[in-house]
Amino acid sequence: MINLRLPLSEEEVRKLKAGDIVSISGTLYTARDAAHKKMCQAIVDKKELPFDLDGKAIYYVGPSPTKPNSVIGSAGPTTSYRMDDLTIPLLKRGLRIMIGKGKRGQKVIDAMKEYGSAYLVAIGGAGAYISNSIKKCQIIAYDELGAEAVRKLEVENMILTVCIDSNGNNLYDISCK
Amino acid sequence: MRIINSLEIEEQVKKMCIDGCINLDESVINSFKENRDKEESEVAKNILGVLIDNAKIAKENQIPLCQDTGMAVFFVKMGQDIHIEGDTITDAINKGVSRAYVDGYLRKSVVSPIQRINTKDNTPAIIHYEMVKGNKLEIEYAAKGFGSENMSQMKMLKPSDGIEGIKEFILKVVKEAGPNPCPPIIVGVGIGGTVDKCAQISKKSLFREIGEHNENQFIKDLEIEMLEKVNEIGIGPQGLGGKTTALAVNIETFPTHIAGLPVVVNINCHSSRHKKVIL
Repeated sequence: MINLRLPLSEEEVRKLKAGDIVSISGTLYTARDAAHKKMCQAIVDKKELPFDLDGKAIYYVGPSPTKPNSVIGSAGPTTSYRMDDLTIPLLKRGLRIMIGKGKRGQKVIDAMKEYGSAYLVAIGGAGAYISNSIKKCQIIAYDELGAEAVRKLEVENMILTVCIDSNGNNLYDISCK
Repeated sequence: MRIINSLEIEEQVKKMCIDGCINLDESVINSFKENRDKEESEVAKNILGVLIDNAKIAKENQIPLCQDTGMAVFFVKMGQDIHIEGDTITDAINKGVSRAYVDGYLRKSVVSPIQRINTKDNTPAIIHYEMVKGNKLEIEYAAKGFGSENMSQMKMLKPSDGIEGIKEFILKVVKEAGPNPCPPIIVGVGIGGTVDKCAQISKKSLFREIGEHNENQFIKDLEIEMLEKVNEIGIGPQGLGGKTTALAVNIETFPTHIAGLPVVVNINCHSSRHKKVIL
């Protein structure tokens, strides 16, 4: 098990290998389909982003609503390939870690190699289990998107698996052979 | 003639939606346990263990098993000797869904398809009706997440493609889905009818408990054979390898036209949430 504290440098991310189990602590940002679209548009329009992407991690999640006296609702990963067309502009800005589940397209993998990023997977559907590792949650942008709003999360010991590393090694291909 | 007030339907629907999203069906949990014992891969064993823990945490904390609490899908069997007083049954079901998803802290994921404007209460629900004899009202609910729904496919096979064509298509869909639909999956297959009927029966098959087979022996044998074949692919839990790619392959059939052989493969994730109530 490798312990990581966010944010991360390119050098640290380049050391990660497909198949590594990591425990992540620190700050994560949530963004899924609609938030990605808005962020990419903001880059085109040269407007400010909800957070500086350099060294950061994005978790693809649209949590269920928070019950009173809770930090967050159920918060498992959503399927990542839907973000593929909207990922490369973020990698260019220094996005280091993407957390989701499922396959990524070759163009994204090539850009990860070029810019030095890793794709980590969480267990899909285990939203109740994963929410236990989330200690703080605050909506910081695009409130109008509801479940898809950008949230800043503080996590402790969130257990993830490195699925695609910055050399392009893909655990899905390796495991199924 | 039996009279049922629409408020009673609304209330029951609300309860079954909340209950369904939080409490996983025992047959699914038992299937996780059985498959965990059979798995040789440590990674696969560990993931199945997390899924068992997830079900326990969801129940204890009363929060949804998965953040995607789905689109609400219903199959309703309505006795023809019933009169519903108040709202129409469709309105009553939708009101129940709205109250469940708003009051029950379930995620509202339903949007207009092109402009993507959220309806804010997870309505409208998808409802399939069947009229039957008698004076009972049976309502089955499932929360259908779209990580798995997006991996579903339809194919209009030629009659000459036959059973081999069907088997090949099922395996192709599962392989292409890979890790995306949150394996271990439940593979729902509709064979026959028209485009719409075929999709409807593939969905209906997902409402079964794990271990429940088609009553027709020939179809049951096909389900058992296809589950073995699907699990030989090696996708495994979460696509990280192993024997447990699927917990079940459920097949429903309907007579079709001499010129066609429609097949729909509708995939469900491991969070197979469904409930039934009989009024």
